[in-house]
Amino acid sequence: MNRIDERFRRLREAGERALMPYITAGDPDLPTTRSLILEFEKRGADLIEIGVPFSDPLADGVTIQRASQRALASGTTLAGILDMVRDLRAQCRLPLILMSYVNPVFHFGFARFAQEAAAAGVDGLIIPDLPPEEAGELREAAAAHNLHTVFLIAPTSRPWRVRAIAAASKGFIYYVSLRGVTGARSGLSEDIEAGLQMIRAETDAPIAVGFGISTPEQVRMVPAAADGIIVGSAIVSLLEQVVGQPDLLQRAGDFVASLKAATRKAVGTG
Amino acid sequence: MNTREQPTRTETFASGQLPDIRGHFGRYGGKFVPETLMAALAELETVYLQAKSDPDFESEMQGYLRHYVGRPTPLYFARRLTDHFGGARIYLKREDLCHTGAHKINNTLGQVLLACRMGKSRVIAETGAGQHGVATATVAARFGLSCEVYMGTEDMRRQALNVVRMRLLGAKVTPVESGSRTLKDAINEAMRDWVTNVDTTHYVLGSVLGAHPYPMMVRDFQSVIGREARTQILELEGRLPDYLVACVGGGSNSIGLFHDFLDEPAVRMIGVEAGGLGIETGSHAARFATGELGVLHGTMSFILQDRDGQIQPTHSVSAGLDYPSVGPEHSYLRDIGRIDFVSATDAEALEAFQLLSRLEGLIPALESAHAIAHVKKLAPTLSKEQIVVVNLSGRGDKDVEVVANLILPDGGYR
Repeated sequence: MNRIDERFRRLREAGERALMPYITAGDPDLPTTRSLILEFEKRGADLIEIGVPFSDPLADGVTIQRASQRALASGTTLAGILDMVRDLRAQCRLPLILMSYVNPVFHFGFARFAQEAAAAGVDGLIIPDLPPEEAGELREAAAAHNLHTVFLIAPTSRPWRVRAIAAASKGFIYYVSLRGVTGARSGLSEDIEAGLQMIRAETDAPIAVGFGISTPEQVRMVPAAADGIIVGSAIVSLLEQVVGQPDLLQRAGDFVASLKAATRKAVGTG
Repeated sequence: MNTREQPTRTETFASGQLPDIRGHFGRYGGKFVPETLMAALAELETVYLQAKSDPDFESEMQGYLRHYVGRPTPLYFARRLTDHFGGARIYLKREDLCHTGAHKINNTLGQVLLACRMGKSRVIAETGAGQHGVATATVAARFGLSCEVYMGTEDMRRQALNVVRMRLLGAKVTPVESGSRTLKDAINEAMRDWVTNVDTTHYVLGSVLGAHPYPMMVRDFQSVIGREARTQILELEGRLPDYLVACVGGGSNSIGLFHDFLDEPAVRMIGVEAGGLGIETGSHAARFATGELGVLHGTMSFILQDRDGQIQPTHSVSAGLDYPSVGPEHSYLRDIGRIDFVSATDAEALEAFQLLSRLEGLIPALESAHAIAHVKKLAPTLSKEQIVVVNLSGRGDKDVEVVANLILPDGGYR
């Protein structure tokens, strides 16, 4: 069984929601990324989303753009990220999901990527600029290695697309909670509930909500129909502030623990 | 669904039949965008296809093209340039005479009319040389839409005059500081805006790039260039040209000239990319020289990228050619052998810039000067009966300051 399915099954049984922190791999270097993933596991994260840096991250706001630039400046490559995951796997039991723009993965080769990523211990892949209709070759390659391809649904998705994407997405469905790029917002989008209900009407698969969720309070406000919550820019922004300081792991870990606590409190209140 | 292994060489070409229903030109093209934009692309495609078959839209376009843009543009026999090169007869398609000084307005007019049909009150655009930004700001002003143009700060420096023009036209020009601070970064930023404001905003993409339906739609709006050129050359010479030559950044002026001739096997087509400081230096924008298959800005095409699939910085003296990818249809037409691609360096373009100015009294855009630079190599190899049509895609007023800083008093190149 894929670790993603296993994790969501256990969480559902426990009546809990998943916390999925995002960090950009190699920001500021891969050893730090490795330490952060292990720290996040200790502090209650349920799945980890590992960003593959790209030179032109057009779905990302300034926070993750800057993280991508730092990661590329430190020489981070997709092959290097897979090495890190391979090395980490002995100690880390969490589902690990790579998030990459399509070009680095395409350039690596979809078939080669699926094989090497699965062998390294990657469980899933999210590609924000690869809609299902362009993803045939990747889906086939990934399925052959039990690597889940997660697709995104947006507030602008029409019902027929919601149905098609829900059917194509493996592991969970990524619901983009707002119209816009990644990054912290002062409040949650008002139509999350409607979006989640639209998806729930089509599928029982887990739904994780991301984009613009940055505080424990906002995590608590995510409607109960969501099975998981993705927090990215807020964590990356914190790392940007504490990078180079001896308590980096402690402070990032504390923040993740506070987010995880908020997922527990939300149960039954939405 | 397989984007990489579709046969390309075995398909017989018939213009007007590509792209396929999902926006693919063979293995190129497609829709590689965030899900948030998929609905907007579908709406744009629907509205465009409806407009295309609507006689009212057609007559509205024709009216504005004639009375506002100034079409048809002349096809001008460049006698002194012809004599100077001592070979083929050279005709210049005078897109530099379009309102705003370049071919870009053919497309912005069409897209702004579509934006009005879609009820969008705001348009955004990216710009490199500033010509597309000016053309968008101009038509937005004419139709009363609010307009925001994203432009890399490096390009704002190179094309300061166009920044002033856009602001005079009421557009907001937003500097882009990210990445290489040129056209590709301006497109990133425009797409970030679009994904945020998609309900109210139409993105007026300026070239045959991006996700379907843009490469098809922009091509269709620009193909007026070739339709006119065909009629004009038949009037002037009684036959079709032997060669068509155009510079290729994203590829809109070239496909605009070429498209109506694609089914004429006797007409050869040459696209001229920016050779920058020379292909061997790595500082260039010649995608077909050293690029590889990849995805950027929503479409699969040839891309200048490093071995990890990161997009490489490009260089050209001409901001409008300074872009790491190229239109997907160009990649397809190159694969099937329909268009040949060459490059001209900064130095060759600057020389051609001066040559056309002095011999014909026409100051070309630096982009178009790349096409002239190739004609310098091509024309002397042809007989005096052969005909070359070059797209003079824009005028060079915007480039005078750049050129003043690069050209020495003796005509040498700094």
